Amino acid sequence: MLKDQDRIFQNLYNDKGSDVSSSQERGDWVNTKEITDKGREWIINEIKESQLRGRGGAGFPTGLKWSFAPKEVGSRPHYLVINGDESEPGTCKDRDILRFEPHKLIEGCLIASYAVQAHVCYIYIRGEYFVDGQKLQAAIDEAYEKKLLGKNAAGTGWDLDIYIHYGAGAYICGEETALLESLEGKKGQPRLKPPFPALIGLYGCPTIINNVETIAVVPTILRRGAKWFSSLGREKNTGTKIFCISGNVNNPCNVEEEMSIPLKELIEVHAGGVIGGWENLQAVIPGGSSMPLIPKERCETLKMDFDACVEEKSGLGTAGIVVINKDQDIIKCMARIARFYKHESCGQCTPCREGSGWMWRMLERMAKGDATKDEVDMLGDVTNQIAGHTICAFGEGSSWPVQGLLRHFKKEIEKRNNLDPIVQKKNNIPYLVDQHLLDKKNA
Amino acid sequence: MSLRRPSKDQPENFEFNASSLEAANVIVAKYPEGKQQSAVMALLYIAQKQNNNWIPLAAMKYIAKFLDMPYIKVYEVATFYTMYNLAPVGKYFVQVCTTTPCMIRGANQLVEACKEKISENECELSNDKSCSWMEVECLGACVNAPMMQINDDYYEDLDKQKTLDILDKILNGETPKPGSYRGRVNNEPENNRKTLMDLKNA
Repeated sequence: MLKDQDRIFQNLYNDKGSDVSSSQERGDWVNTKEITDKGREWIINEIKESQLRGRGGAGFPTGLKWSFAPKEVGSRPHYLVINGDESEPGTCKDRDILRFEPHKLIEGCLIASYAVQAHVCYIYIRGEYFVDGQKLQAAIDEAYEKKLLGKNAAGTGWDLDIYIHYGAGAYICGEETALLESLEGKKGQPRLKPPFPALIGLYGCPTIINNVETIAVVPTILRRGAKWFSSLGREKNTGTKIFCISGNVNNPCNVEEEMSIPLKELIEVHAGGVIGGWENLQAVIPGGSSMPLIPKERCETLKMDFDACVEEKSGLGTAGIVVINKDQDIIKCMARIARFYKHESCGQCTPCREGSGWMWRMLERMAKGDATKDEVDMLGDVTNQIAGHTICAFGEGSSWPVQGLLRHFKKEIEKRNNLDPIVQKKNNIPYLVDQHLLDKKNA
Repeated sequence: MSLRRPSKDQPENFEFNASSLEAANVIVAKYPEGKQQSAVMALLYIAQKQNNNWIPLAAMKYIAKFLDMPYIKVYEVATFYTMYNLAPVGKYFVQVCTTTPCMIRGANQLVEACKEKISENECELSNDKSCSWMEVECLGACVNAPMMQINDDYYEDLDKQKTLDILDKILNGETPKPGSYRGRVNNEPENNRKTLMDLKNA
C-alpha cells in the first residue's frame, strides 16, 4: 500500500478544512514563487520527466501537451481550460477535488497558466455539481482576497483570472472540442481535429485543456520533484491516481493509490471485498463505462495502469472501477450502459446517433431473450460500423463496452437467445420494422 | 439523443427581475468583449431559477436580445442540454440516477418510491403540482450509489424507505438534509478506512 506521506490528496475525505490556511498546512501555496522563478522550460521539462499522463481518460502525456502551446504569445491570447465535466459512469474523483482540495487545483491552474502563458483560465464544471462548484467558487474568492489570484498572483509576477463555467448535463462536453464549443455558448458538438486546440481552440486562440486531477497534482510534483513522482508506479505509468470503486463491493469508496496497484488489492483491501466474496465476482469495468469489461479470471492478476489494461483489450480510462458480481445480469448491465450512450450521443455523426440506439435496443431484447441467433453477430457488426467512423471518440466509447461483452460473454448471450430466425420472421421480427416506431415509449 | 419538447402552455412575456439582471451582468463580464454569447448557458440557468425551475420560449427570446445573438442559437442550446427544463417540473425536481453503477445497487427501488409518492409516470407533476421526478443518466456520485438529486442537492446512499422519507419531507414543503443517508463521511470507505488515519485521528 502507498505510504500516507506519498499521497497527494491528503484531504480526500475532508478531515481538515479546504480553506487557504488549512491548505497551506498541507503544503499548498507555500513556495509558488520559487517554482515559477525556475522558468517555463524547467516546469514543462519537469512534468515531462515525471511522465505524468492525463487523468481524464485518454492518458496523453501532460508535459508534451503543454509544449504544443506556441512559445511566443502572438496577437491572440492563450487560454487554459480545465475539464471538470466528469460524467463517465463509475467516476466521481473530480468532485472530491473540487470540494475538498480546491487549492491544489487553483495553484495548479496558476502554475500551468504560467507555463503555457495564459492569463485567463476557465474551469468547466458539469451543471449537476453546482454545490461543489460553489465550494470551488468560495475557494477562488478566498484566493483573490489573499492575493493568490488576480494581478501578480501569489507574488509570482503573473496575472491570472479564473472563472467557472457550468455545463448543463451533456456528457459529450467532456470531449475537449465539444467543451470548447459549449464554452463559446453553442451546442456541445465536437469539432474536427486538426486543427488541434493547442493552436486553434477557445475563440480561435491557442488553448490547453487538462483534466481537474491532472492539474491538481502538478504543484506537488514540482515541489517533490519529478524523480519522486516517477519512482511510484512503473515506467510510463507513474505516480498516484484516485480510484473510484463502485458497484457490488462492501465498502464503495474513493481512494488514492499508486499506479499499477493490483486490482484485487484495491477491491479486497480498500473496498472491503466483493459482495458475496471474491468467488462471486462476475466482471469488472476498469475505467469508467466506455472501457470494455474484464471477466473474473483476468481480474486476479490485473495491474491497474494504462498499459496493463490495454494489454487486456480494455483501458484505465478515468479509473472508475465498477464491480459487477454474479447476482447481476451482465447483459442487462451493458444494455443500461448502451442506453446511457444512446441518450448522450450529440447527434452530429450518423453512425453514432443511429448506432447507439441500435445497440441499446438489440441488447435490451437480448437481455429478455427475444433475439435470434444471427443477431449476436449483427450486433458485433453494428459496433464495428460505429467505432472509428465518427468525429470524436464517443463512437469508440459507446461501442467498446458492447464489444467487451461480446468478447467475454458471447456464450451467455447465445444461451439465452436461440430463437430461430425463420420462425421469428412470421412474428414480425422487430429489427426488420422501423426502429423509431419502437423507440417512442422510451425516447 | 434525448427527446426534448417545449411546453405547450407558454407565458407571453419574460423579463429578468432586478437580482437576475445583476447576476447576468456579472456573468457576461467573465468573458472577453464581443464573446458575450458564452454567457448563454449561465443566463438560461438564471432564467430557469427565476421562472420556477423551467425555461419558457419567451425567456429564450429575451436572452437572445440580451446577448445580441439569434434566437435560434439560444433555442439550440436550450434544447441540446438536458438540464434546462422546457416544461414545468414543480418546485422540487427529483432526478434519480439509474445508470449501471446505481442500477446494480438498487436504483429501481428509488424509482418505485417516486412512483408511489409523486406520480405514476416520470416528468409528470404530483397532485399538488409541487414536484415531479425523472430518471437521469449518471450524476457522478457512483461510490455513493444509489442516489438522487433534488434541485441542486445530492442525496446519497439511499434505499427505498429512506427515499420515501425524503419524498415525504419535500411533499410537506421541507428541505431534507443533503448528503449520505447511511451516516458515512463523504467518499470514505465505511468502517474500513485504511488510509490517512493520522489525519482522521488527529
